[in-house]
Amino acid sequence: MSPLLEVSDLRVEFSTEDGIVHAVDGISYAADTGRTLCIVGESGSGKSVTSLTTLGLTRGRNTRVSGKIEFDGRDLLTLSGDEMRSIRGNDIAMIFQDPLSSLHPFYKVGAQLIEAIRVHRSVSRSSARDRSVELLTMVGIPDPQRRVDQYPHEFSGGMRQRVMIAMALANEPKLLIADEPTTALDVTVQAQILELLQELQHRLGMAIILITHDLGVVAEFADEIAVMYAGRIVERGSAEQIFFSPQHPYTWGLLKSIPRLDTPREGELVPISGRPPSLIQRPSGCFFHPRCPYVRDEHKRIDPSLSDVAGEPGHEAACLLPTELRSRIWRGLAAGETPAELRRLVVEDGQTVPVSGRRPLSQEEGS
Amino acid sequence: MSTNGAPLVQVHDLVKHFPITQGIVFQRQIGAVKAVDGVSFEVERGETLGLVGETGCGKSTTARLLVRLLDPTSGQIVFDGEDISKRKGDGLKALHRDMQMVFQDPYSSLNPRKTVGSIISEPFAIHGLLKGQGERKKRVQDLMDRVGLNPEHYNRYPHEFSGGQRQRIGVARAVALEPKLLVADEPVSALDVSIQAQVLNLLRELQRDMGLTLIFIAHDLSVVRHMCDRVAVMYLGKVVEVAPSDTLYNFPRHPYTGALLSAVPVPSPSGPGRRRERQLLTGDVPSPANPPRACRFHTRCPKAQELCSQDEPPLENKGTTGLAACHFPLSEGEVKLRLAGALGDSDPSTNAHAPGEILDRS
Repeated sequence: MSPLLEVSDLRVEFSTEDGIVHAVDGISYAADTGRTLCIVGESGSGKSVTSLTTLGLTRGRNTRVSGKIEFDGRDLLTLSGDEMRSIRGNDIAMIFQDPLSSLHPFYKVGAQLIEAIRVHRSVSRSSARDRSVELLTMVGIPDPQRRVDQYPHEFSGGMRQRVMIAMALANEPKLLIADEPTTALDVTVQAQILELLQELQHRLGMAIILITHDLGVVAEFADEIAVMYAGRIVERGSAEQIFFSPQHPYTWGLLKSIPRLDTPREGELVPISGRPPSLIQRPSGCFFHPRCPYVRDEHKRIDPSLSDVAGEPGHEAACLLPTELRSRIWRGLAAGETPAELRRLVVEDGQTVPVSGRRPLSQEEGS
Repeated sequence: MSTNGAPLVQVHDLVKHFPITQGIVFQRQIGAVKAVDGVSFEVERGETLGLVGETGCGKSTTARLLVRLLDPTSGQIVFDGEDISKRKGDGLKALHRDMQMVFQDPYSSLNPRKTVGSIISEPFAIHGLLKGQGERKKRVQDLMDRVGLNPEHYNRYPHEFSGGQRQRIGVARAVALEPKLLVADEPVSALDVSIQAQVLNLLRELQRDMGLTLIFIAHDLSVVRHMCDRVAVMYLGKVVEVAPSDTLYNFPRHPYTGALLSAVPVPSPSGPGRRRERQLLTGDVPSPANPPRACRFHTRCPKAQELCSQDEPPLENKGTTGLAACHFPLSEGEVKLRLAGALGDSDPSTNAHAPGEILDRS
């Protein structure tokens, strides 16, 4: 059986005054009922554009989209605007990052929920209202009978995000896309919202695509993880594979650059040097090579493709270093060695022309 | 007078109420937002004190009061042996040579119409230092180099820099006068993960090299733990717990600290059904305009009893190296139960079974 959503070789390009922005560059992934796929990456890595394209929200004169997005047996990219509208908010729903700007300030929360229901169902206003109250109860808003007649500004940030979730779930979607749903919230509220999403997924059995940059959230939430960098997926695998045997230097960088509560406090953070590349003038070869501490000369020419990691079914990475060497480097990193020290492994392994060493930590970003 | 043994900053019972008014012509006060309501703490020379808490707990207001960007309603701030809570005019200007601030948003805290060079040399202009053009430029370029910016970009404008680089500009401006105290208000929360570490490392390096005393404000508890020697936890305008980092993170005494720590997601999955039993706080933070009586946390506290709504607990020693304001502090057993998986000695890379598994629901 084919998965609920299957994206293959999706490319999204925007033409701008400065040139063509290759926002998404040939990515493929799948999401299935009852499972959670997390897409991780920095700003500008193309993770939001991917999901907006799935919802048909990037259609415009300056946009070129190619590839396939198969949902429930239909290719979403070939659907007309009207057909797309009947899917959006119905079969596929989305939760946005900022709950304040995604709710209309002039309309009561109830009116907005009723609209979401009545766009897709021919039900009376009063039964839609009953359904709204039911939805607000489901997402844990106290006193829903009264709250349904209030305006968004009368809700706190966490409560607004609950309203957004209620609205997204109004028509029991098969797929829920959550784009940084907790980034604007406090940790205690974030924990509440994530718990709620998990419980609802359990109850309604939908597929969730969660887009985030917070690796902690990913670790607690994901079944599968896709790591995006500069418009491409550079590594993909199950949560365990990504966290316990990551294969791509960018993933290592992400895992090592965050302070965490479960490791000794004294450890220095190892930042990723440099900054994300421009998506107009992209680097040659491996897109990560200008920031990669383990770069070899040929990596500047050869463009790696996503390929299977030997011995780990379902785990793929786009890196030109030999698998055996990669696992040695990760073991070293995990044991607390720095990338500068571990570069010696790459050099010893052969054919490398040493790069002029890494500059001191504080001078790494930019220019 | 310089008193070298004494703490650099001593705050006693600091209060800031923002009035809520009604009426257009004749405004009368109908209430007050009690943003900071009786906060006391000390900061030793050369240490890093973290201030954490949820949105609206008063941590930023406290920072602004310390740097005297706001006037306190009452209370005392002693900086370097002198009470600065009533300083005005020239006295205040002189004070700002010794205390500087790094702001959260690197986009709105830099004037878009000024070049980087003039932004960083502004402190010298304000205080009439380094009058010679060449001298000042040289110093600014040294600073740019110090914080990891290319000194040749002296004449560029802020929009030509990325978020992380802009934050470096903000840091360079703040350390230009070699202040004694640097207050960093959420300096990395607007930055990407891979850039955050660069800025955090820079702040630590500068602190080491310049002997800065740092007050570091953040809502990200893992970042605070990484940066700070001591941490003060705030809730609704009060400090509820203050302790050395290791104590606070391993043995929190206040139930609110426990709840905060237990809410932090840990980047280490451990098998299906890996979610540990969290102590979730229900509801939202009450309004600071009308905070709950007595212990302000009693409305959301899992351990609250009758006494908590009648009698406000003082900030006092609860058997660890820190202070907590609670009638019924967490016991060792409760801490273990709530924080299992969040803390501890599990090595994430080799240990596929974090201690959290013991508490799995499934």
